[in-house]
Amino acid sequence: MPFKSTVGDYQTVATLETFGFLPPMTQDEIYDQIAYIIAQGWSPLVEHVHPSRSMATYWSYWKLPFFGEKDLSVIVNELEACHRAYPDHHVRLVGYDAYTQSQGACFVVFEGR
Amino acid sequence: MSKKYDAGVKEYRDTYWTPDYVPLDTDLLACFKCTGQEGVPREEVAAAVAAESSTGTWSTVWSELLTDLDFYKGRCYRIEDVPGDKDAFYAFIAYPLDLFEEGSITNVLTSLVGNVFGFKALRNLRLEDIRFPMAFIKTCMGPPNGIVVERDRMNKYGRPLLGCTIKPKLGLSGKNYGRVVYECLRGGLDFTKDDENINSQPFQRWQNRFEFVAEAVRSAQEETGEKKGHYLNCTAATPEEMYERAEFAKELGQPIIMHDYITGGFTANTGLAKWCRKNGMLLHIHRAMHAVIDRHPKHGIHFRVLAKCLRLSGGDQLHTGTVVGKLEGDRQSTLGYIDQLRESFVPEDRSRGNFFDQDWGSMGGVFAVASGGIHVWHMPALVAIFGDDSVLQFGGGTHGHPWGSAAGAAANRVALEACVKARNAGREIEREGRDILTEAAKHSPELAIALETWKEIKFEFDTVDKLDVQ
Repeated sequence: MPFKSTVGDYQTVATLETFGFLPPMTQDEIYDQIAYIIAQGWSPLVEHVHPSRSMATYWSYWKLPFFGEKDLSVIVNELEACHRAYPDHHVRLVGYDAYTQSQGACFVVFEGR
Repeated sequence: MSKKYDAGVKEYRDTYWTPDYVPLDTDLLACFKCTGQEGVPREEVAAAVAAESSTGTWSTVWSELLTDLDFYKGRCYRIEDVPGDKDAFYAFIAYPLDLFEEGSITNVLTSLVGNVFGFKALRNLRLEDIRFPMAFIKTCMGPPNGIVVERDRMNKYGRPLLGCTIKPKLGLSGKNYGRVVYECLRGGLDFTKDDENINSQPFQRWQNRFEFVAEAVRSAQEETGEKKGHYLNCTAATPEEMYERAEFAKELGQPIIMHDYITGGFTANTGLAKWCRKNGMLLHIHRAMHAVIDRHPKHGIHFRVLAKCLRLSGGDQLHTGTVVGKLEGDRQSTLGYIDQLRESFVPEDRSRGNFFDQDWGSMGGVFAVASGGIHVWHMPALVAIFGDDSVLQFGGGTHGHPWGSAAGAAANRVALEACVKARNAGREIEREGRDILTEAAKHSPELAIALETWKEIKFEFDTVDKLDVQ
């Protein structure tokens, strides 16, 4: 039987963990995720790193975690400010859960080049 | 005043049925579902269970008087009807803490589910739940790492983890097996798993498998930029061989190993868990043989007890069934025991099958692993049922993809992330599952094909073991 031409070639992609397999989020979709983080009682925080170090445990904090911040637009502005300051870096948003000392959410918003 | 020796046979209930007893915080409490032989009163059956699982034997013996047996005996302190069942009843039994060796789940089970299960006055007996007192819990190490540390080690946050078992489960050479591992991991899975049957057979000796798997993990990690792991099954014929395999996995720089805790035994499992804590390895736990013990609604041990025992004995991930897949599992009951694996306090809730308040204190949590006959269409329900602290494992649902395992893995990863994103955005993912997956498939030909491939497969059989609720 001939090889079925319907079989596709799956190419390995370099991804950045959670949400790495989804298309980049729109502004509204990012708002939704920030709202979720805040509604869970987690602290939003912004981290960035040069792509060559993306597998490192510690990325650089952008400022400090935004403890107690409830205003979505503040977080969006900080993400954008971080991206402007480090345009070639990956920038990710974390929902930090102080109760478990873990991250309830963590995904890359801007990919560096 | 000292007692007099009175040889002969006394009724169990004279000594072991104590309805006025108020259990102590340090008592280990158990709930048994008892079905007695016809004509035997409930109190006598319940007292017999308490006696035979603690200090009693069938006859009075003189040597009882050398000790204060009232201090050591188990007592039945409550009897309850089983809703919807006239023959069976629940017996609640309190055991003093000193009946058990510190940190030994083996010892607890030898007492509670030992000789008593063959007792002739009983037609059937099932251990439904155990309330472990904090005083006992603090003597157990529990999970070698726990959920928080596992997430930190694997760099996985804000979503369930994704895995799959390598298939065919038997018969691949080490090199071919490593190929399948590599395909799954490069496609987007976090973990792959040795099938439980894979130990060290003639077609694939363990050392050869470990070496090829380690290379597959390393390659996939380098190419994708994400942390990867494969559960290397260290279950073996003897503890010495088990530790030898664990040591080699560590030498190869692997993050996680695996053990089958019921066939391997609690002593082996507790030992391996301690080795994992000491050596910084994660421990995945399989549960082969559990259904022999836990499936019959009137006889055996409910899985919630086996799950609690595993958390105490030690493991970072435990299989719990899927609710929606090919294997047995009632939804409420499953939610009840995954709470026992992950939470720090679980309140009594009969609608979930939890008979006692259970305080776990500071003991680490165990990831719930859902595996068996699940595919992309189940993803919304799985994310809703199991939440983030779970590992969702698609075997056939990965390798059965028309383009192969890598594309199957990618399809599952896209589906998973689409569901998590939608859930976070406030959507009801179980109800809107079809829309969420269809939208996600627009950006992923792999997912579109997976949705088409498995659109007709369902596993809708009634559960054999249901909760006793009216």
